[in-house]
Amino acid sequence: MSILEATDLRTDRDAVVRLDSVSKQYGSGGNALLALDRVSLTVAKGEFVCLLGASGCGKSTLLSLVAGLDQISGGTLDIGGRHVSLMFQEAALYPWLSVAGNVELPMRLRGVARAERRRRAEELLETVRLSGFGHKRPHELSGGMRQRVALARSLAQDADVLLMDEPFGALDAMTRDILHDELERIWREQDLTVLFVTHNVREAVRLGDRVVLLSSRPGRVIEDFPIGHARPRRIDSPEVSGQAAEITDRLRAEVARHAN
Amino acid sequence: MPTEVPTATDNRTASDIAAADRITGLDALELGPKRSKAALGGRVWRSAWPKLLAVVIVVLGWQIVVWAQWKPEYVLPGPATVFGDLGTLITTGDFWDGVRLTMLRAVTGFALAVLIGTIVGAAVSRFAPLRAAIGSLITGLQTMPSIMWFPLAILLFQISESAIMFVVVIGAAPSVANGLISGIDYVPRTWLRVGQVLGMTGFAKYRHLILPASLPSFISGLKQGWAFSWRSLMAGELLVIVPGALSIGVRMQQARDLSESSLVISFIIVVLVIGILIDMLFNAADNALRKRWGLTGS
Repeated sequence: MSILEATDLRTDRDAVVRLDSVSKQYGSGGNALLALDRVSLTVAKGEFVCLLGASGCGKSTLLSLVAGLDQISGGTLDIGGRHVSLMFQEAALYPWLSVAGNVELPMRLRGVARAERRRRAEELLETVRLSGFGHKRPHELSGGMRQRVALARSLAQDADVLLMDEPFGALDAMTRDILHDELERIWREQDLTVLFVTHNVREAVRLGDRVVLLSSRPGRVIEDFPIGHARPRRIDSPEVSGQAAEITDRLRAEVARHAN
Repeated sequence: MPTEVPTATDNRTASDIAAADRITGLDALELGPKRSKAALGGRVWRSAWPKLLAVVIVVLGWQIVVWAQWKPEYVLPGPATVFGDLGTLITTGDFWDGVRLTMLRAVTGFALAVLIGTIVGAAVSRFAPLRAAIGSLITGLQTMPSIMWFPLAILLFQISESAIMFVVVIGAAPSVANGLISGIDYVPRTWLRVGQVLGMTGFAKYRHLILPASLPSFISGLKQGWAFSWRSLMAGELLVIVPGALSIGVRMQQARDLSESSLVISFIIVVLVIGILIDMLFNAADNALRKRWGLTGS
């Protein structure tokens, strides 16, 4: 066995999500829009990967593809039959269900028994520090709290990979900062694998083991930055700020490229 | 060093507690202080006085017209006479038999309309060809004055309960169907995406997403459907007089035949009050739902 094969074998075992030259095209002929252009990306088990890019880089498209909500146009996408869950910028909780009811919903759809559902929902609400809010209605909670309920609902899917599409984009800075701490803690405690999309550079550096920078129209991988700073990190620490500045420069250069 | 282990654990616990405090504190700040509700009596009074004022204004206007002697007293009696007659009327068992008959017709007709409207609405929103074929027809039917159906209904069913039911159902079912269709059409995209992520398909999607999500629109459809069925029924009771069935409409016709204006106006008031009471029921259901869903302003 050659060294190359051995390496491949190792990455295959660790990889939870593997994209190989994945392209996505909308429409056809003259109106065709290439959203993603030969994107290759691997997410290992337990890894926290942030996808970063300006508008039109196809970040959300990429998550939809991984979540199986959309079909790829070219290349290969391999998630090895694993279950994925996807969280959006909007919590999108169902108003006809209580907070606990929303968290229980994925389990109800899987046919989990009522008592077990109750117990697990209670446990998950405790994980997102919302014990005692189960009987409330979604509209009675603040935006940050609703987003934590959405996280608990995602966790209730028992997915192998958690996809997050700018989940904190609509929150104020203070709430976002605190939710970063929470997400990092839950990721660590639950041994999650996260693919996190954002256009906020500091957020990406604050959270990610790696930050993958995408170009815009079409989306291509420009660079893959490993983030080695010790956790827990602070979004305003010199390390995070420094690295964020470096990545921002690359992003600005990429945006400027579209001027003409 | 053995001493380092508990220290490290303690540190982590302390920082965890700090993190927990931060987020619980933020939650408390964002939820804000609880506002206490006003006392029940106060709330009832606040919602009741504008309605009472409206009644007072109408009665006063009516009295002024009577005082002005625009029409003779036996054609347009004053409020005092009418309310007196109304008081006597509602103490008779005959009157309540009439109300019971009319309400039985109304409820039966409405229930049938809801059943048919729901089935048609669900079918139309489910199958695209059906929608293209009869979607606009349903809206057209809604604008059709129900009284136009009576000649046909009488030809089809003669002077019978069925003729009245036919018109009541055809008047109300389109509103119910339309309420359901627009409810299903306007399920927010984000809710649908969550349904997709949670892997909802087929029946489960209807059970856990589409039907509950279309509930508010369905309730407005019911409310509108009720209004149409009530109107159709009243027209029907005046036009299709089934022998032996002394409904509110028939009694009103009899009062007119005897030129008893006071009694005619009394029946108008009865029909109005029943309409308002039922509308209040629908509004209560609608408000309860809006409150549960957080769609109210407060």
